Amino acid sequence: MEILISLLIGFLAAAGVYLLLQRNLFRVLIGLALLAQSANLLVFAAAGLGDGGHAIIAPGAERLPEDHPDPLAQALVLTAIVISFGVLAFCLTLLKRAHRRSGDSDIASLVKLDP
Amino acid sequence: MSVEPLVALPVLVPLLAGVIMLCLPARPGPRKAWLVAATGINLAVGCLLLQGVSRAPGPVEVVFGGWEAPVGIAFHADLLAAMMVLVAALIGFCGAWYGLGEIGRLLWRRHYGFFYLLLLVGINGAFLTGDLFNLFVWFEVMLMASFAMMVMGRSAHTVEGATKYVVLNMLSSFFFLSGLGILYGKAGSLNLNDVAVKLVDASGDPMILTSGALLLLAFGIKAGVFPLYFWLPASYPYTGFTTAAVFGGLLTKVGVYALFRVFGGALGFLSDLTADLFLWIGAATMIVGVLGAASRFHLRRILSFHIVSQIGYLVLGLGLFTQGAFAAAIFYTVHHIIVKTNLFFAAGVIAASGRSERLEKLGGLFTRAPLLALLFAIPALSLGGIPPLSGFFAKFLLIRETLREEAWGFAAVALAVGVLTLFSMTKIWSEAFWKESPRSAPLSRLRAGRLAPVAVLAAVTVGIGLAFGPVYELAERAAAQLVAQNPAAPTPVPRELSMIATDTEVSEP
Repeated sequence: MEILISLLIGFLAAAGVYLLLQRNLFRVLIGLALLAQSANLLVFAAAGLGDGGHAIIAPGAERLPEDHPDPLAQALVLTAIVISFGVLAFCLTLLKRAHRRSGDSDIASLVKLDP
Repeated sequence: MSVEPLVALPVLVPLLAGVIMLCLPARPGPRKAWLVAATGINLAVGCLLLQGVSRAPGPVEVVFGGWEAPVGIAFHADLLAAMMVLVAALIGFCGAWYGLGEIGRLLWRRHYGFFYLLLLVGINGAFLTGDLFNLFVWFEVMLMASFAMMVMGRSAHTVEGATKYVVLNMLSSFFFLSGLGILYGKAGSLNLNDVAVKLVDASGDPMILTSGALLLLAFGIKAGVFPLYFWLPASYPYTGFTTAAVFGGLLTKVGVYALFRVFGGALGFLSDLTADLFLWIGAATMIVGVLGAASRFHLRRILSFHIVSQIGYLVLGLGLFTQGAFAAAIFYTVHHIIVKTNLFFAAGVIAASGRSERLEKLGGLFTRAPLLALLFAIPALSLGGIPPLSGFFAKFLLIRETLREEAWGFAAVALAVGVLTLFSMTKIWSEAFWKESPRSAPLSRLRAGRLAPVAVLAAVTVGIGLAFGPVYELAERAAAQLVAQNPAAPTPVPRELSMIATDTEVSEP
């Protein structure tokens, strides 16, 4: 399972980087979304997948069994998902505005500025 | 009164004030008044916190919600954090004050005040948190507010500048999250105290190195170090002056603070690898920034490149990796935040009275606005490192540490960059103030109200220069607390308690 998840993370990150290198700004945005997802999965997997069970303490028990997944990592991922969703929504409106201003979504329309 | 209740206030006060701001009527009047009042309260809180923390025996740890430290949300208020909170509160207050003259009716209606306070929430949270994941969350709060403030003005180039800023920062968040995820997998905790203790023997572990590299990349983008600084001069000049001043003063410094906190404190055991890297990064950042500034003829572009170059000095201090260098870098940070914001403020007034930001179109301000000339000259000379202003002591301390570590080349770079900094400040001076005005049309009138916050910050940089002893002593204690967080602390170098003692008497061990 770890191997599969690692491959998935690698694939998502690779696809994200590929899209990030495109000229079209909306593809760049989708690339960023994919990268964010791969980071979320990475946090999730790095904490250990355990036996794949749910991270809820059984009734009557004091703590989770040894090889259960770590609930804290899941909480971290949940927070990170919410944050990346908010930032992406903002970024989408920003790109829409840039698109409306310059008429195209090519990244070359941004390099007019003197750095 | 104990310090613990104070620790959460720098986050709670601006947050509550922001909520109140949302409830106020959409007219600028009440919102302006409330923003100044709220940032004033925040400044008072910052003073109280620093006073409390400096009297406490060590860093003040507060864990919220009754959970134990590795799991619960912890605030770690040491002297460094408290100093930064106070400086940020000072900038926040002066920025709100300065914004009264610049921020238009439309922006107030668009909740400029709320986002301004939210920015302060994020910054203060990032300074105070004791946990890497919460640092990530506070960074995002800060970034979200800064995104909104950046695009609010809707001038011609704002969207383009903001797009670069947003995309680069999202990339940085990705690196940050990946890095802390791997670190969590290794340490089982993200509390910085915990991480330091648990991982001190694992310094050669490839996972830790990967995580360190990702975090370095993430903070490097935020701090704007070479070669990751390109977004900064491409975005700051296209926002409003108030926004650019507050961003230029504070945002990159939060990135530098994170570098110090993580690579100087908790992950300090990686110093065999990181210290040299930081030295080279610092030198390259200084040179590239100052050359960029020397080649520009637009006020805010010059100043933006100077942010980059000054960040280099701070990173150089981190690379030296001695307690004395940390103290020098902390002092430098305090000085730099104040002076940089001050220069952006002054540039705003120059641009408003000369009706342009291009140096070739400015001129004649020395005879027209002598007070403005004085208020520009003070931070400009301070940035260049002229005694008795704060910048002289900042540069002196840092270069002294460089020499003490026998890093001759880096000391030479630091000195040369200082001269070039002075060069581009004199460029602004001679073009905007001494040159005859190229236009025959009368310049617009200066309003004294806009100069007041500029004067306050100029007074602070003079004040730090005059009261150098106490401020440096505070920075030294802050550095000691920072180093103490790192179990593999740098070799303690025997040194005098404070600079002043050595000048007058032989220090006793």
